[in-house]
Amino acid sequence: MICDEANVLLHALIDGELDAGNAREVEAHIAGCTKCAAALRVMQDLRKSINPRALRYAAPPGLRRSIEGKLPTSPATAASRRAAIRGFAVGAVATALAASGLLFVVTRNDERRRVLDEIVSAHLRSLQGQHLTDVASSDQHAVKPWFNGRLAGSPPVVDLTAQGFTLMGARIDYVDAKPVAAIVYRRRVHVINLFCEPAESQAESSASMQSLHGFNVRSWREKGIHLWAVSDLSADELSEFGEKFAAALKQ
Amino acid sequence: MTGGTELDDGGKADRFKQLALPHLDSVYTLARYLMRNASDADDAVQECYLRAFRHFATFRGGAVKPWLLAILRNVCHAAYSESARLVFGGDADEATALDPIWREQAETPEQTAVRRAETDTMRRLIGDLPAEFREVIVLREINDLSYRDIAAVIEAPIGTVMSRLARARGLLRDAWVAAEGGSKRR
Repeated sequence: MICDEANVLLHALIDGELDAGNAREVEAHIAGCTKCAAALRVMQDLRKSINPRALRYAAPPGLRRSIEGKLPTSPATAASRRAAIRGFAVGAVATALAASGLLFVVTRNDERRRVLDEIVSAHLRSLQGQHLTDVASSDQHAVKPWFNGRLAGSPPVVDLTAQGFTLMGARIDYVDAKPVAAIVYRRRVHVINLFCEPAESQAESSASMQSLHGFNVRSWREKGIHLWAVSDLSADELSEFGEKFAAALKQ
Repeated sequence: MTGGTELDDGGKADRFKQLALPHLDSVYTLARYLMRNASDADDAVQECYLRAFRHFATFRGGAVKPWLLAILRNVCHAAYSESARLVFGGDADEATALDPIWREQAETPEQTAVRRAETDTMRRLIGDLPAEFREVIVLREINDLSYRDIAAVIEAPIGTVMSRLARARGLLRDAWVAAEGGSKRR
């Protein structure tokens, strides 16, 4: 074997793409050739610098939803949708096209409503029992590192004491069957749970305020994070919290 | 495709989703490296999935991932050839995308800074490779495809895959050494 051949084949060797016979030949050449042995080491070093997990990109959730929304729906869903339409007496003349358009809107709204439900449920759970925080501290420099190793990320923790919102601590919670960071603040006697998860898409979205079971939920997206603030605070005060938090993030 | 009743379409769509959606991150990753910005990558991935679904009837089994990646690659090439937005430098979007305050892993701030700098550098260096080398690096190192699957994606013989990968790694290594030398000494 000549060096030119070995120089290409050593990549196949690294990648485990050679059969036993060819692998032995390449290894034999490398054992007797300092130049090719050095080349092999260089390439092995390069591969160590490549961390596939870090170099990957996760598809934004919105992209997945958008693709799913553009594909036809399953027969079961389609059938129940037809029944529902009859039930609402929209009329038998509704075309399949109009019906499917309707379903997509409904599904998206259902999805949003479901997440909202879960956010409020998680907030309620946190107020019952003894599990408001896993780490209790008003020091952001104590709270932020606590997430290390507990989540696939380090969520934003900012001190808003000066702005009238006291940091109480944080915990891991679950929304939509995924672990999320819950950062807990307090204003007077009102607890605010701030849930955050990476959004991957860097697109910012303006805040929307919704109300469910007497709780207000402010959701928005910025700096690649999806945030939900939930509390029994008034919508105005919760908006104030959201804005102060966003302002502190930008600093 | 015969029929075209709602039921057929729905069942087909379910099967397609089951097979194709688990590969979304891999498809998106290749799209990000080929298109080099997030919104073009989004468009390309959507187009890829819709096109794949249209051609799903002609998909005769085999590995779904390379099949999808091959479609994506064609979509990206088409997008490139019809627009003059073929960029050779990094784009502004990339710069912000690579600086999330949400970090990828838990580690000390120092480690994070080093790793993030290294990841950013590596992403940029891979992004700067000529397209034919960039795609084999992404397919092999990041999407973890075998040579045979890479050959299927880029529609080239395995020998070509091997020599292109060797050349790509050589270029990447030189660029890495230059970048490391420029920023710090080890």
